[in-house]
Amino acid sequence: MELPQARGALSATLSDALRDGTPDLSSVEPDDEEDLHLSLWMLYELHYRGFDGVDDAREWDPDLLTVRARLEGRFESDLRAACRPIVELADARGSVPDQLAAITAYDVGVSLPNFVQREASADQYLEFLAQRSLYHLKESDPAAWAVPRLEGPAKVALAELQYDEYGGGRPERLHSRLFAEAMEACRLDASYGAYVDRVPAYTLAVNNAMSLFGLHRRLRGAAMGHLAAFEMTSSLPCRRYLQGAERLGLGEPVGHYFDEHVEADAVHEHLAARGICGALVEAEPQLRPDVLFGAAACVHLDAVAAQQMLDAWADGRSALRVVRDREVA
Amino acid sequence: MSECQVTLIPDGPALIRGADRIRDADGVTHEATRPVVAVCLCGLTQRPPWCDATHKVAVKP
Repeated sequence: MELPQARGALSATLSDALRDGTPDLSSVEPDDEEDLHLSLWMLYELHYRGFDGVDDAREWDPDLLTVRARLEGRFESDLRAACRPIVELADARGSVPDQLAAITAYDVGVSLPNFVQREASADQYLEFLAQRSLYHLKESDPAAWAVPRLEGPAKVALAELQYDEYGGGRPERLHSRLFAEAMEACRLDASYGAYVDRVPAYTLAVNNAMSLFGLHRRLRGAAMGHLAAFEMTSSLPCRRYLQGAERLGLGEPVGHYFDEHVEADAVHEHLAARGICGALVEAEPQLRPDVLFGAAACVHLDAVAAQQMLDAWADGRSALRVVRDREVA
Repeated sequence: MSECQVTLIPDGPALIRGADRIRDADGVTHEATRPVVAVCLCGLTQRPPWCDATHKVAVKP
């Protein structure tokens, strides 16, 4: 993947630093949320697939890790503040699955799945897929970081869930591959990270939260709470996305991707809520607040992204950023 | 025949591990294509015998 186009002072300096290692990043602050989240996303990406022309060893460059920690501190504290009211939806004395159910029932009054099912144009549907591609082309990878950090029944349940996400022994059923095939059927660019320049900060934030939780052992509770909330809010929306794809005649692979997730996530939500989070909190009760925080973060960031996309479309705008030299669809 | 493990989820489906095939009430056999499958117990699913999470939006009596 190529380095993304800079969105401000920090991402510009960071790009230069990744290419040749020279500029000093210690005094550069992000200009805004776009600059912050793109910079953080670039730093996280060093742990996944890396960038063309960037030495793989930079993954553990202490100067880059220092910048990352500074951005993470800001992101995490903002996220915790935003999530507090959502966490309070959970009954403090409830079981973990009941608490997760209360958090994932959070209703902000806007529904991206309903819009995509009934009203979205074909172009809007493609924009939706392009935004989602940032995650779905590495589907389940951020949660996989947690495997060596869990023990006993929670580890077994996570491995069971991941095995299904990763194709159940069949490469042709890898969920990231199913998504790539859906994109190709719509003549979107299915190469990894192809749309990073087009997605706004709110979609980068959705991805950065998963990496933040996955890459820090101390946040393993949040990683698993996030996973549970993701799975618990997937099955019913995927049915709507499937119906939207059928309404627009987008091709069988698009329907197939969402069809697969209606059934898969109806299983995964129980594996995640009970098998993983329930068992994790039983083994490590001090992680309960972070499990709920992670779930709330998933719900909150998804709601922000949905609102922003629907607002853009309601105004007759594209939900994607305009950039030079690259076109969607 | 190998052993299956069945976990009943309160107000939800039955999770079944280790099954190759599920036979429904009409005697029709459905192939289980993933390591754990969720079988609908509420009768509201639109894709029987598999759970599609419809129980979550059903009005409880």
